[in-house]
Amino acid sequence: MKYNELCKLVSKKEISTGIFDFVIESENIAKDTQCGQFLHINCGDGTFLRRPISICDAYDGKVRFIFEVKGQGTKDLAKKETGDMIDVIGPLGHGFEVSDGVKHPVVIGGGIGVFPLYKLTKELGGRADVFLGFRSADRVVMEKEFEQISNMTIVGTDDGSYGYDGYIAAAMEQYLNFHDCDMIYSCGPMPMLKAVKKIAEEKGIKCQISLEQRMGCGIGACLVCSCETVNSGADKYAKVCTNGPVFYSEEVTLND
Amino acid sequence: MINTKVNFCGVEFKNPIVTASGTFGFGMEYNQFVPLEEYGGFSAKGLTRVAREGNKPPRIAETPSGILNSVGLQNPGVEYFAESIMPIISEYDTNIIANMSGNTVEEYCEMAEILSDTDIALIEMNISCPNVKHGGLAFGTDAKVVNDLTKEVKKHCKKPLVVKLSPNVTSISEIAKAAADGGADGLSLINTLLGMKIDINTRRPILKNNTGGLSGPAVKPVAVRMIHEVYNAVDIPIIGMGGVMSGEDVIEFMLAGASLVALGTGLFAKPDLILSVKKDIENYMNRYNIENITDLIGAAVMN
Repeated sequence: MKYNELCKLVSKKEISTGIFDFVIESENIAKDTQCGQFLHINCGDGTFLRRPISICDAYDGKVRFIFEVKGQGTKDLAKKETGDMIDVIGPLGHGFEVSDGVKHPVVIGGGIGVFPLYKLTKELGGRADVFLGFRSADRVVMEKEFEQISNMTIVGTDDGSYGYDGYIAAAMEQYLNFHDCDMIYSCGPMPMLKAVKKIAEEKGIKCQISLEQRMGCGIGACLVCSCETVNSGADKYAKVCTNGPVFYSEEVTLND
Repeated sequence: MINTKVNFCGVEFKNPIVTASGTFGFGMEYNQFVPLEEYGGFSAKGLTRVAREGNKPPRIAETPSGILNSVGLQNPGVEYFAESIMPIISEYDTNIIANMSGNTVEEYCEMAEILSDTDIALIEMNISCPNVKHGGLAFGTDAKVVNDLTKEVKKHCKKPLVVKLSPNVTSISEIAKAAADGGADGLSLINTLLGMKIDINTRRPILKNNTGGLSGPAVKPVAVRMIHEVYNAVDIPIIGMGGVMSGEDVIEFMLAGASLVALGTGLFAKPDLILSVKKDIENYMNRYNIENITDLIGAAVMN
């Protein structure tokens, strides 16, 4: 089920400069959330459209999401204080598929793309080997939290100021040369996703990736948040909001 | 007791609230939030003779009080609609308006024939899509072309024909007259206004298509003025649309001359917009002792 509710903000933390960790109350959204789904949030009067923000975690009537202040919408959202009510639609979209048959999952996230991977990693029940990439040491977030729920967590930075020195996809590729993996889960910036898709396909590993796109309705009616697929005709462009945001890498081209 | 029924081209609508094509999918998406029966009717996603893949993304850019879109008529084609979608959505107790766009006169006529054999209430002929290279807007900006096209399509159309007009013209009343003289049973307006938004950091337009159609509250005053002009120019009824966000907006559109009023982009912000709109209308009618909502149509008094 999808719900449109006014939800109370019960916890607000700035976990890194401009990155806000919010917890809202919603029995309905919490109980129906699957990992990889998102919320469509009315950020305030400064913007006309809602903003799609991925769900980081959902438990006991609470829904957690983390976002970076980028434009007017997220700027307005960051001004909300605990006790404020937030107009939210959710849970939306097709999330990650988690199956018990997957024995050696690898989870790889970049930047703010790590947040939707948290609930996923929890549901993988400690089996996941996690790779998290950030621009630099001061942008590293959630390392400890992922360590607690994964088999192993490796953190890297693009500038080498913390952990693995270089792009995190390269770290994962080296790891996969010596370790079994039967499913890759990924979310992050497009260059990282393209690299992950290529590595997965070269190694013959199934791969689920979470995409983002500028969105309108968020529920599959307006056809603006499209991504190119390998299909043709009316199915050439899939809807990120309802067919996705999570796709198997072989379904989508990742072309601009 | 207030009466919100409107007879539009011989079709009874339980209330004057419909939706704008392209903002409402094929209805099912919004049915999850509000039952489709709440609407007087809804206009389905624009159809073409054969399926279309649409334009490359990004297809949306937010602008002050509105959005630009460049979807480019992505749709599964008119035959798929008639065979696979209509059987599902015709179960709901509301009027379905089918919206069609063609590349040629022949395509429009073929689509009108296919749609005439379904349970839809009205055919809305889109001659004003700004996001496709052929057809669309090319048909809607020349009065002679509009007149000829309407005449020809009417020969193939067994349902009331509503012609959807573009605001991207010098004189919308001239185009409206051309459609009415051609035999149109009704008109709908306004389609989106052609616009552009440039990212100053990349120096490129946000939309991959460069330009797109502007909708939302930003266009509302333009819509009201054009509905008023067209209402005075022709004797056929109007479906008004353009940035409606409240029941007060619906009243304003009706006073300007609309018989039905469509919700569109506002649904993206409020998927249950219809509920507050209906409440607003009821309050207004009670406050001013208006028995029949049709008394409001064109009732604005000019200074």
